[in-house]
Amino acid sequence: MTRLSEGARQERRLGWLLCAPAVLVMLAVTAYPVLYALYLSLHRYDLRFPQLARFVGLDNYAAVLSSGFWWEAFQVTCLITVVSVAVELALGMGLAVVMHRAILGRPAVRTAVLLPYGIVTVVAAFSWQYAWTPGIGYLVDSAGEAPLTDHWKAIGLIILAEVWKTTPFMALLLLAGLALVPEETLRAAMVDGATRWQRFRLVTLPLMKPAILVALLFRTLDAFRIFDNIYVLTQGSNGTGSVSILGYDNLFTALNLGIGSAISVLIFLCVAVIAFAFIRLFGTAAPGSEDTGR
Amino acid sequence: MSTSPAQRRRIARWSVVNTAVVLYALFPVWWIVALSFKDPATLSDGSFVPRRWTLENYRGIFATSEFTRALVNSIGIALISTVVAVTLGTMAAYAVARLRFPGKRLLIGTSLLIAMFPPISLVSPLFDIERFLGLFDTWAGLIIPYMTFSLPLAIYTLSAFFREIPWDLEKAAKVDGATPAQAFRLVIAPLAAPGVFTTAILVFIFCWNDFLFAISLTSTTAARTVPAAIAFFTGSSQFQQPTGSIAAAAVVITVPIVVFVLLFQRRIVAGLTSGAVKG
Repeated sequence: MTRLSEGARQERRLGWLLCAPAVLVMLAVTAYPVLYALYLSLHRYDLRFPQLARFVGLDNYAAVLSSGFWWEAFQVTCLITVVSVAVELALGMGLAVVMHRAILGRPAVRTAVLLPYGIVTVVAAFSWQYAWTPGIGYLVDSAGEAPLTDHWKAIGLIILAEVWKTTPFMALLLLAGLALVPEETLRAAMVDGATRWQRFRLVTLPLMKPAILVALLFRTLDAFRIFDNIYVLTQGSNGTGSVSILGYDNLFTALNLGIGSAISVLIFLCVAVIAFAFIRLFGTAAPGSEDTGR
Repeated sequence: MSTSPAQRRRIARWSVVNTAVVLYALFPVWWIVALSFKDPATLSDGSFVPRRWTLENYRGIFATSEFTRALVNSIGIALISTVVAVTLGTMAAYAVARLRFPGKRLLIGTSLLIAMFPPISLVSPLFDIERFLGLFDTWAGLIIPYMTFSLPLAIYTLSAFFREIPWDLEKAAKVDGATPAQAFRLVIAPLAAPGVFTTAILVFIFCWNDFLFAISLTSTTAARTVPAAIAFFTGSSQFQQPTGSIAAAAVVITVPIVVFVLLFQRRIVAGLTSGAVKG
């Protein structure tokens, strides 16, 4: 009895010991800077005028939330997130079905689909940028060219670039869910006279719900943080900047750490709200909540 | 028998679908490859296939240290981050998958939180902290955020792989008198190697891909990685556009990843999906 509890104690100690470095790194590099960002966001702190730094309470937040720039960026971010995730879900589902059911050329399709995942986002973004530039080579500044300087067209192209790059990831997650749908259940439904669409809607979809929700959560959070594509495609001009672009500009163009940090904290809150909403929606299907014991 | 009309129709249909999928995936890739091989004079002709093929763009980027230096930075920073993240991740994932200890849920929860964390929220404090500590514009300054953000990915993927490892072997080792630490080192580690390798690929791709930290936490060629460097490319003269150089640099950093992806596609698919969808 005592030997067993000794072993359990040893196991527990080893468990903590093995996790400690990872936990320490994650906390040191995220928790402390986040608290520091919170601190900075309550101060006037402009790198151009460091001597003027002082505590200003919630003034930075008031300034951000009452500025049109934040709300414009917020709307653009939400629009890009909702549209691209919706398109990705539809396209990704199509791709997943193709990869699952293809009777020929499955390896080729799989390989091709993985390519966008492997391509560096910035590279893909440049490819798209040049693809939509009439008269390549005369791109002194991106404000000179046609589709990317039009607000709606540019947003459409940003969404296209985002969808192209991340649909494979969505498709792979959905494919994993698709593989869990038992063949016999589908066959039984077929015997019962269900059409192809009915089988998909009434059998496959409900069984895939956890996979779909996980894929949606991952992609929604990812899309909300969109930065690379916009930075390369439009640099956020013509009202195409996301909240991340806005935060970046405030930090590195305006060098205003106070305002930039307030924006950072607000983005963090948005992401937390999205994650929380999804996890409420998921219930037990949330990736961290399942029993991960042995 | 093998080619009934119905079957032939099915094959034709699948061929069309497959071709569409392959074209979808390859179109932008081909475009940047074509640009990189275009003669500077024909760069703006907009043709989908280069009329005159040339290696001039490649010669151009390798002629100056701006790109080669960035390439060295990219490789070094991504490799070191990968090794550290996978090492720490392996230790934690082993504990998560195999050991019973309180606080496990907290670890899973924390790493999930960090996986969801918006990197832009870290950029402003890290920028200030790293300037203060002298880490700004150094390799360490990028390695630190990279390994942190890839740790959740590493822990998730690895613990999913580790759960598949046959338990009994470890028990057998313990029966033979091995301590849990010995069982880890001598029995489980070799069995876990494929999962570790897969995770390393995913983590490497993640670090290789980053742009936000790379442009925020560097200011010179001392630590600037390729994705950031190409965003700052200028033409060889002020009247020349950097299009060709950017395209060539883009192809150079894409090729190794594409080769990785092609060689290890099965593992990558398993790794990408194991962390997210599991029973």
